[in-house]
Amino acid sequence: MIFIDTLLLGISSGAIYSLMALALVLVWRSTRVVNFAQASQAVLSTYVGYEITMRTHNYWVSLPVAILFGAALGSSIDLLFMFYLAKKVRSGPIAEIAPVIATLGLLGLLQSIIGLIWGNSFLQYSTPLSGKGFTFGNHTVPFSPQNLLIVLATALVLIVFGVVFKFTNLGLALRAASFQPEIAQLAGIRVGRIRNIGWAFAGAAGAVAGAVITPTSVLSPNSLDLLLVSGFIAAVMGGLDSLVGAVIGGLVLGIGFAFILQYVGSSVTFLAGFFILVIVLLIRPRGLFGHQLGRHA
Amino acid sequence: MSDGLVVENLTVNYGAIRAIRNISFTVSANEMVAVIGANGAGKSTLLKALSGMIAPVSGSATWNGISLQKKRPEELVRLGIVHVSEGKSVIPELTVDENLALGGLWRRDKLDVSAALRDSLNLFPILATRLAQRADSLSGGERQMLAIARALVSRPKLLLMDEPSLGLAPMIIDQIFDALNHLRNQLGLAILLVEQNAVSALKIADRGLVLNLGELVKSGSSIELLGDADLRTAYLGF
Ligand SMILES: Nc1ncnc2c1ncn2[C@@H]1O[C@H](COP(=O)(O)OP(=O)(O)OP(=O)(O)O)[C@@H](O)[C@H]1O
Ligand SMILES: [Mg+2]
Repeated sequence: MIFIDTLLLGISSGAIYSLMALALVLVWRSTRVVNFAQASQAVLSTYVGYEITMRTHNYWVSLPVAILFGAALGSSIDLLFMFYLAKKVRSGPIAEIAPVIATLGLLGLLQSIIGLIWGNSFLQYSTPLSGKGFTFGNHTVPFSPQNLLIVLATALVLIVFGVVFKFTNLGLALRAASFQPEIAQLAGIRVGRIRNIGWAFAGAAGAVAGAVITPTSVLSPNSLDLLLVSGFIAAVMGGLDSLVGAVIGGLVLGIGFAFILQYVGSSVTFLAGFFILVIVLLIRPRGLFGHQLGRHA
Repeated sequence: MSDGLVVENLTVNYGAIRAIRNISFTVSANEMVAVIGANGAGKSTLLKALSGMIAPVSGSATWNGISLQKKRPEELVRLGIVHVSEGKSVIPELTVDENLALGGLWRRDKLDVSAALRDSLNLFPILATRLAQRADSLSGGERQMLAIARALVSRPKLLLMDEPSLGLAPMIIDQIFDALNHLRNQLGLAILLVEQNAVSALKIADRGLVLNLGELVKSGSSIELLGDADLRTAYLGF
């Protein structure tokens, strides 16, 4: 019984990491930028969702609004900052890191904006779903309808984006534009436009993560920061480029945490994340699903 | 208006470095013009300026009367100007299939995209057996073939080829040059062929342009240039 409960606990937190990791992989896949502002974009979208529930009292209305807002935010960040930056700093030693630094600045900016509008206190953004575990007979398992929503959202994001990337022309253009923008251009791809769609996708995925994860705890300007770290570990474990890898990475991490918490103790859990990451990377340096042949190989 | 590619007094700088200076020439349909010269002569720069990858500081270039200035590469592709850049212009992370599809993504006429795809695979049959493979698993020659095939899926009218022979075995080079020949003779493409391998290039080209330190130092028919002893010793070292 304890084993099954621990497993379920691991899956429910693992799904959260997976969703976060998926959002990170989507940014990476469609923009090749490590986006530190991802968490604050997701939080801002979640606040928008929160505002909508305050007005409509309906979480299911707020969810799509938050997702659309997330997409619009991602797209605007690209148009207002990244596009301009890439144009100005096209080559030279800082061309590669300038966008990363810019996203760090953006992280601070967005968090301050959130603080200015909503303050820094904890808010409650809730779903109509129960956070209490399902009950079988007289045993309540640590897996609630809320957790089920997260698992479903993870599966949905995985399937939708997996299909878009792998089987559609847009997906092909996105991959080409992110791998080799110059060659993609020479093949006739309107790279600027395609990258912008990539930023919108990534913003939408982050918003999904924020809006379904936040109801399991509280909403504050930096409430997703720690999750971002776990999500990043999960994404790297999965090879950073693989959607399936991100999900499995998240589950490995969540289940690993749960068992360490149960059988070793709570004092080591934070370190355990890095420990699991190091072990995975030692066994498979390119991550669980990384490609053998890579551009950087 | 004048037909084909007309380049007049084209000059390109990289910051303070003057990469090409006051270059003028023409290329018409059905014609292959070789651009030869040593390392750093400005050959690739010339192609980049024509495909919209870099902006010239002065001079002009037109294609069938339409100015190429201030147009991005993806717009020029839509005018039929396709650049196969230096070093096997494929996307290594994508499959052969996907690389080919890329050349036709922007095109409305999907029937003709399929036809162009078939034509390309007929030209390089080896690719047909590699469709599901990632491009980075191909040999150098196959990669170059893929780059050309992808360009053909866009149905180019002017092909800008940057050193297709680089690092390839003589047999493969022959095969690629044969393909270029076919494209000029059967499909009537205009081809600007950049090569360091001057003799092989002049053998298939109609005319040649010799670049040295960014300047056009000589131009003429291939036969003329091949027989020019001064040229050999001064610029080409053969
Ligand atoms: N991005 C760049 N920034 C600064 N200088 C450049 C750049 N690209 C090329 N150059 C310089 O411009 C000149 C012409 O370069 P280009 O690449 O056009 O020569 P090339 O004839 O194609 O040579 P190769 O046969 O080696 O390919 C060279 O002096 C080169 O150093
Ligand atoms: Mg060159």
